[in-house]
Amino acid sequence: MRHIISLLIENESGALSRVAGLYSARGYNIESLTVAPTDDPSLSRMTIVTFGSDTVVEQIAKQTDKLIDVVRLVTYTESPHVERELMMVKLRAVGAQREEAHRLVSIFRAKIVDVTDSTYVVEVTGDSGKIDAFLAAVPSEQIIEVVRSGVVGIARGETALKV
Amino acid sequence: MELSGGEILFKCLEAEGVDYIFGYPGGAVLHIYDALYQQEAVKHILVRHEQGATHAADGYSRSTGKPGVCLVTSGPGATNAVTGLATAYTDSIPLVVITGQVPQAMIGTDAFQECDIIGISRPCVKHNFLVDSLENLATTIKKAFHIATTGRPGPVVIDIPKNLTDPKVKVPFHYPSEIEMRSYKPATAGIMGDVRRAVDLLLSAKKPMIYAGGGVILGESSTQLTALSRELGYPVTNTLMGLGCYPASDEQFVGMLGMHGTYESNMAMHECDVLLAVGARFDDRVTGQIDTFCPYARVIHIDVDPSNIAKNFPVEVPIVGNTAHVLDDMLAVLSETNRRPDSDALAQWWDQIKSWQSVDSYNYDRNSKLIKPQFVVEKYCELTKGEAYVTSDVGQHQMFAAQFYRFDHPRRWINSGGLGTMGFGLPAAMGVRFAHPDAEIACVTGEGSVQMCIQELSTCKQYDVAFNILNLNNGYLGMVRQWQEFTYESRYSNSYVDALPDFTKLVEAYGHVGMVIDKPGDVEGALREAIALKDRLCFLDFRIDTEENVYPMIEQGKGHHQMRLNPRRSEFV
Repeated sequence: MRHIISLLIENESGALSRVAGLYSARGYNIESLTVAPTDDPSLSRMTIVTFGSDTVVEQIAKQTDKLIDVVRLVTYTESPHVERELMMVKLRAVGAQREEAHRLVSIFRAKIVDVTDSTYVVEVTGDSGKIDAFLAAVPSEQIIEVVRSGVVGIARGETALKV
Repeated sequence: MELSGGEILFKCLEAEGVDYIFGYPGGAVLHIYDALYQQEAVKHILVRHEQGATHAADGYSRSTGKPGVCLVTSGPGATNAVTGLATAYTDSIPLVVITGQVPQAMIGTDAFQECDIIGISRPCVKHNFLVDSLENLATTIKKAFHIATTGRPGPVVIDIPKNLTDPKVKVPFHYPSEIEMRSYKPATAGIMGDVRRAVDLLLSAKKPMIYAGGGVILGESSTQLTALSRELGYPVTNTLMGLGCYPASDEQFVGMLGMHGTYESNMAMHECDVLLAVGARFDDRVTGQIDTFCPYARVIHIDVDPSNIAKNFPVEVPIVGNTAHVLDDMLAVLSETNRRPDSDALAQWWDQIKSWQSVDSYNYDRNSKLIKPQFVVEKYCELTKGEAYVTSDVGQHQMFAAQFYRFDHPRRWINSGGLGTMGFGLPAAMGVRFAHPDAEIACVTGEGSVQMCIQELSTCKQYDVAFNILNLNNGYLGMVRQWQEFTYESRYSNSYVDALPDFTKLVEAYGHVGMVIDKPGDVEGALREAIALKDRLCFLDFRIDTEENVYPMIEQGKGHHQMRLNPRRSEFV
């Protein structure tokens, strides 16, 4: 089962490698991992998408929380939350392909952020399912390049991951 | 007061009450060694290899409860310390290991003796620090000791770039007496509701077992564990790491459990209905085949590390907290209730256990014309009245020491249980000696293990470190040979150590005393002589039965109730 782990970690050199190293050392799966500083520059926020049984994910969360630099950690699997991922996809856009791309962009509420005679760069935001669906809707020979940000998540309502 | 980095380091160590550090100098730590030379509070023990430094600091720590401290140089100095770090990490031993690093401006340039010890050591330390400024040095050292010694203890590395110890650069010195870390707040007390549930469950047991591990020793809770066990009258088993946390001479003690534990402790684990696990981590050498582990038990697990709970085995009542604190709470709850264990059920349970005990699973041939390794350890235990500090290496001799030396006190049995590091015993005994100048100490080892750190005999000479080395010499890597006999049809692939040195001549060359003992009748005399020789290191080379096996044994894939017993057991008187 897919789980999202969100954590605050001291923004120090090597923080990312501590987390990444733990996952490889213990054989845990990482589907995506994103990290960036927060409004408090001394803290980074990391979102890890992992998969495994409930017992395995409980171990993953405990082991990650045990890292000395990890300040707080939550698992979003069961609590209400919003998750988003951003993708930029470079599409071949020649002739009829241009009109078809426009239609898809409109349906998926995406944006065209770069245009040339022969290409579009489309920005798609949403949960991972929506992004997968967009990619599935584009003929594969039209896709030149794909870059995905990985998932970020936040709890709904008053619940907050803060120090 | 303005001090240089080197001076700050020793002021901090002094403030932490460090009396000995074990180390080896080199380019990146020359400034630090110069500062060391100019102070007296901290005594430095010059080892012969950095692995020896870490094991010595480890032995010092295990025998005292204080953190062990090492100082090594960058590059190979640091990488040589890695086995010692991993050893300490697996057994949760508090070490602070200071490594030199190339100057900050040269980091990342493949400089001479540069290596990324932060990266290399990351998976085998509790935490590590690359010091980024002289101003942060003292706080970093404070954090390192705090992290190493609290919660589930473990080793911490402090990597100090050379330019930060330049004697010409000084900053005001202040060593914080306390440290707060928002990211690190280890658990102390358990949740009281869980403690009450645990006591309820324990009192409802018909076939209870108490399974106590190294966490009881690390958590300084042997007294509480003993009090609780005696109050309940329940059988107690110890893991390899837990030996000594409950007195082995006590009649409630049913011996070690696991792969080479007693038949009675493993059978009792298999049949028990309530299991109290304290400071133990359900290691594979303890549980055997996990699917058949404790099939009838409802489990209570007390551990300071939440990630140990339900890692390998499901738990009904988890209690995260300091073992001493939680056991105190359990004793308090027990004293408030009138309920007591079901005495009829308990009497039946003990009858059952006694019938398993009558199998006498550790029995060996005491009439053999060859020296039996068990006999050497048994005799040494008798002569030292079970009061010695015993270190060991890894293999058959380690199991014989664990089976036949009766540890009545915590911190007397010092072995690499988790990582299984050959070469640990000799330097560890050296570390124990610095902590306990007058104690009786022995390193029980084998001719394979002892050669892995034998260079430390030279350190022992330099500092007049005296202890006894009981070398159970069978000419084989015994445990490897035993597994090859059992599971590879006796194809002894590379388990025979050809061209062994003449150990007596070797230890004499190092300035110590060597003896060869090859007859059972000479064992006691030799041991007495060695014990009496207080100020010399004695190496007793016991030429033992070459094909003796460690029994009983849970083989791979088998459960606690499927022990392999010595087939010749009934022939021994």
